[in-house]
Amino acid sequence: MTDNNVDQKYFDDAYTRAAATEARLFADNDGDAQGSRPAGDAAKSQPFALHRSRIATAFTAPDGSRRKAFVPFVTVGDPSIALTEKLVPAMVDAGADLIELGVPFSDPTAEGPVIQEASNRALSAGTTTDDAFALVERLRGEHRIETPMVFMTYSNVLYSYGLERFARRAAEVGLDGVILPDVPHEEKPEFDEPLAAAGLDLVSLIAPTSHERIRSIASDAKGFIYCVSSLGVTGVRKEITTDVAGMVREVRAATDVPVAIGFGISTPEQAAKMAGDSDGAIVGSAIVRLVGKYGEDAVPYVADYVRSMADAVHALN
Amino acid sequence: MTNSPNSKGRFGIHGGQYIPETLMGAVNELEEAYDHYKNDPDFLAELDDLEKKYAGRPSLLYYAENMTKDLGGAKIYLKREDLNHTGAHKINNVLGQALLAKRMGKTRLIAETGAGQHGVATATVAALFGMECVVYMGQVDMERQALNVYRMRLLGAEVRGVTSGTGTLKDAVSETFREWTRRIADTHYCLGSCMGPHPFPTVVRDFQAVISKEAREQILEDEGKLPAAVIACVGGGSNAIGSFYNFIGDEGVKLIGCEAAGRGIDTDRTAATMNTGSLGIFHGMKSYFCQNEYGQIAPVYTISAGLDYPGVGPEHAALKDSGRAQYVAITDDEAVDAFEYLSRTEGVIPAIESAHAVAYAMKLAPTLPKDQSIIVTLSGRGDKDVAAIARYRGEDLHD
Repeated sequence: MTDNNVDQKYFDDAYTRAAATEARLFADNDGDAQGSRPAGDAAKSQPFALHRSRIATAFTAPDGSRRKAFVPFVTVGDPSIALTEKLVPAMVDAGADLIELGVPFSDPTAEGPVIQEASNRALSAGTTTDDAFALVERLRGEHRIETPMVFMTYSNVLYSYGLERFARRAAEVGLDGVILPDVPHEEKPEFDEPLAAAGLDLVSLIAPTSHERIRSIASDAKGFIYCVSSLGVTGVRKEITTDVAGMVREVRAATDVPVAIGFGISTPEQAAKMAGDSDGAIVGSAIVRLVGKYGEDAVPYVADYVRSMADAVHALN
Repeated sequence: MTNSPNSKGRFGIHGGQYIPETLMGAVNELEEAYDHYKNDPDFLAELDDLEKKYAGRPSLLYYAENMTKDLGGAKIYLKREDLNHTGAHKINNVLGQALLAKRMGKTRLIAETGAGQHGVATATVAALFGMECVVYMGQVDMERQALNVYRMRLLGAEVRGVTSGTGTLKDAVSETFREWTRRIADTHYCLGSCMGPHPFPTVVRDFQAVISKEAREQILEDEGKLPAAVIACVGGGSNAIGSFYNFIGDEGVKLIGCEAAGRGIDTDRTAATMNTGSLGIFHGMKSYFCQNEYGQIAPVYTISAGLDYPGVGPEHAALKDSGRAQYVAITDDEAVDAFEYLSRTEGVIPAIESAHAVAYAMKLAPTLPKDQSIIVTLSGRGDKDVAAIARYRGEDLHD
């Protein structure tokens, strides 16, 4: 890195923002278990290991109360980095509360055809992990995006980069967390330790098959919990039959970390229903399908769609 | 680089369970059932009976006298897994897993296949047990192995072509995992090699270990002493781990895995994971993989559809790390030469996969004294490869 001052300044800014968030979160709490902690202490003693990442802001209203969040997903570099760089600010303007950025992987085993194809398009265009980091750096820098951003990718993308190196770079560019669909609770510490040391959250996933596993998964969850709505891989579904509300109840019994629901959501009605049962709705394939259809011209289509979905979710607040 | 303390199924640093949360319940259920039934006398008796009366075990340990004399060195023994029902070692594992699945109350088997041998074995046992069967096969492999596709359909299985990725074995594995996340309750994923998330590498190894259990007894009976080396081909590595397992404690016995070099390990047209790959995480396991600097899994190439996989089972990766086994790379040319050599010399047409092991035996035997022996596992028979070998030699066969 050539310019350490800039990096340090970024961290100082991030620290200030996170401390402010914590202060807000804890100022007006309703007596939850962590509420009495003095705001920002952990962050002060160890500026790189911020106690709460920016992710919490996505689920927090200005008055500190919990709010419903809309979380859109796009694949970085699909079909070009230039398009992703336009899509993210457009989605933020349209009401996105947290941005999930897919870092393409050659063999995404948890994805349905839509996101598999997006990954292929991105890789065919030459997209690399370094390109994804550089994109986030520009979004935080010249585009002034303050919205929390997380990567969704596969364990080998981090592992081949070097876990510590990945975590350092992620913190440096202003990423807030990582979602790894092929890392279950048993394998979590290997990834969580380096990420946490750099101040990033490794997002935990729960699935309709998790049952008695929910409690232990939730107990050390950070950022938010990604609740997988249905069996199978990512993709649009006509209806979601799982007892999602029941899963969320089990999570809530173990933690106050926000829960967002993903997999199969494509309509504003579904988004409202899922966010109503939880703290937010995550939508990937329906957006990626628009990108696949309209290519470099996708921005207005995605923006309109995200606005309709975000409005449906925010109407619950 | 340390693994997580709660991680299960480790071979050194390799192995683990890098799979979606949705599947964790299923692999835990499998592990629990396996831990129970592997010591259950009724289960073991039923498996033993099927191996003997249905699959035709024990398989022969055949002294290849012509080959031995021709090469002029160590005595060469062929462990004849090609003589098993369905023509390959795959049936050993499938009988075990299908029996386990039945005990677990599953009524449906899904499987991946490359060359088609594991698919055929799974379709066969599904027919025997009256279970539903769906086999995922890369579109490219379906074209390369059209006969096996029809064979599976004849056995009542549904064969689903996989067009994602490179349309080969790795994509068939990915697609079978995807299908498993869709439908778990009645479905067992009958994984065909000693790879994937725990407990598969252990389960598959144990069901294949019958190869070395028999071979060790047979060679002691024939030769009165252990062999100098055991040689087997390695894709995912199931026939090799089965061939090695009961010899791992015998320090004097060299264990040699033969991977597919394709056009050569100095080209990008190769599938030699151990010789050209690097540490990574894919298909549920930490192991060695052919990949680029960003961890994107590389397209691999070999003439052999059964070795056309960019990774290797975690126990092999650990055996390489410890130096207990060595892994050599055999090119297409060497394998095809060995395929033809064994056919002419012994009247045995090996699978092109197994021909990789034969090729290395042809190099090794002349360097060893005549009072030593080596065991070469013939993992399968070569009928399926005849047309492809003819094409390789520039002949177009017409039916």
